[in-house]
Amino acid sequence: MSETVNATVSTAISPRTEPLLELDRLSVRFLLGRRRGGGEVRAVTDASLALRPGRVLALVGESGCGKSVLASALLGLLPANAQVRGRALLHRDRTVESGGSVELLTAPESVLARRVRGRLVGLVPQSAGTHLTPVRTARAQLEETIRRLRPRADPASADELADWAGLRPEQLDHHPHELSGGMAQRVAMALALAGDPPVVLADEPTTGLDRPLVDRTVDQLGDIAGQGRAVLLITHDLAAARRVATDVAVMYASRIVEAGPTAEVFGEPWHPYTAGLLRALPEGGFEPIPGHPPSLTELEGLERKWGCVFCQRCPEMPGFAPCTGDPEPIDHGDRRVAAHPPC
Amino acid sequence: MLSGTGLVAGYRKGTPVLNGMDIEIPAGSVVGLAGPSGCGKSTLARVLSLLQQPWAGRVSVDGAVVTGFRHAAPREQRTAIGLVFQQPRQAVDPRFTLWRIIAEPLHALGRSEELSGRVAELAEHLGVSDELLSRRPHEVSDGQLQRACLARALAVRPRYLVCDEMTAMLDASTTAALVRVVDEQVRDAGTGVLAISHDERLLERWAHRVVRLCPAPVWEGDRRPFRGGPTPDEV
Repeated sequence: MSETVNATVSTAISPRTEPLLELDRLSVRFLLGRRRGGGEVRAVTDASLALRPGRVLALVGESGCGKSVLASALLGLLPANAQVRGRALLHRDRTVESGGSVELLTAPESVLARRVRGRLVGLVPQSAGTHLTPVRTARAQLEETIRRLRPRADPASADELADWAGLRPEQLDHHPHELSGGMAQRVAMALALAGDPPVVLADEPTTGLDRPLVDRTVDQLGDIAGQGRAVLLITHDLAAARRVATDVAVMYASRIVEAGPTAEVFGEPWHPYTAGLLRALPEGGFEPIPGHPPSLTELEGLERKWGCVFCQRCPEMPGFAPCTGDPEPIDHGDRRVAAHPPC
Repeated sequence: MLSGTGLVAGYRKGTPVLNGMDIEIPAGSVVGLAGPSGCGKSTLARVLSLLQQPWAGRVSVDGAVVTGFRHAAPREQRTAIGLVFQQPRQAVDPRFTLWRIIAEPLHALGRSEELSGRVAELAEHLGVSDELLSRRPHEVSDGQLQRACLARALAVRPRYLVCDEMTAMLDASTTAALVRVVDEQVRDAGTGVLAISHDERLLERWAHRVVRLCPAPVWEGDRRPFRGGPTPDEV
């Protein structure tokens, strides 16, 4: 592993450290064309999160609830019909002498391309195999990335980085189609760290991997957080989240409904949706949550009528505080929960 | 019973992925198949659903030995086995609506008269709303699309169902919901299921019996620990 990657070793893993990335009421809407009814899709609504050095925040929820859109919004990778509101402040911009901040949602493409992507925020993508350029070897792609992001880096750092990610030097000389899913995943991890970014976003990095590889991949995310980085792990795999995340945020129908330290949230969920997800695990009862998540085009009306959209889907979850109908998460110490205050 | 005996299959000459595999899937039971990635689980799924001809060995459906694979498979045998893939997005025609995706097998068999009734019945059973039925794959989530894919696999009432990592892309709640639908088929229609997964906890909960596959020798038995073969690290 390269020296620069090792350099930032943090001892601070307290939940109170200053955040590296702060989201304040981030919202994303997609406007649909007239041909498709001219409505809008509410993908993310008023998401507030803080990513702190040394900590892994897992963003969990059912597929299609808006998790991946949130990551794309932070990197300026949304399609043209997207409307973004709110703020996403990235602190400690090391390219500025005084260590300034960048507001990611309004930053122009030139700033995102030259200073943010890969340098300040690394992305570990979903299905790593298809993310790589098929006609070039893994080594060519990794060396080029290092050269572009850190021109003064030692040419040998590709091997070191690959070694850290768990690849033998000769494996780097393969083309993507010759790599197994697990190996492609390691290449993607090395690429995400090539620019030594302080913030790493991992968007479903374990999809399609078997359990030992899932464990290995999330443990690596834990390691890179241990070096003082802030990690956002977007996943639908609750076991992976439980294994590595220090904090968890649960997303349902575009909103964060519950957030807090992982052990507390999974140990004693306050929101019935979190409890429903845990009960759906094979070891938790294997009971699906009744009903279906609402369509993201109908949220506006549903929320006006019901407040808490989850109660519209599943009104009778015993053992939880009655729904207040307020979708806004309320702080209770280290934890936040919407609509269902702790009993 | 859907069974494979002495199956040898692969893609590159001289390097078989399956090497003399035996497996039996009795009607009305769920057989789990576990193993690290790259050990041939999906190849076995393809052979057992008659999509790939094995180099050696034979597949039989309810006692009748299969003589042709892929397009040469006799219709009666081909339609006896349903298949659900891991990645729903790669398993559907992106131009079709969900309704058309579910209807496709019936359409292909020329059974148009039962089309609308059967699609509506399946959609309701799988929890695909009318509004979703009119959408195309890019307008729905992985979970919603996989529901449609399971509906498609059940459309012609197969006697056997091969689920190749059916839930690997799905969240916990959708996983539990789809497994419940498959279990109802097993209980009510006596369907035999091969459940392929690398999630041991899921198979422990779902399957009546788990077969563990690793390259070269294969052990079949009562949840014996994985031995031999490459370490997961090497795969």
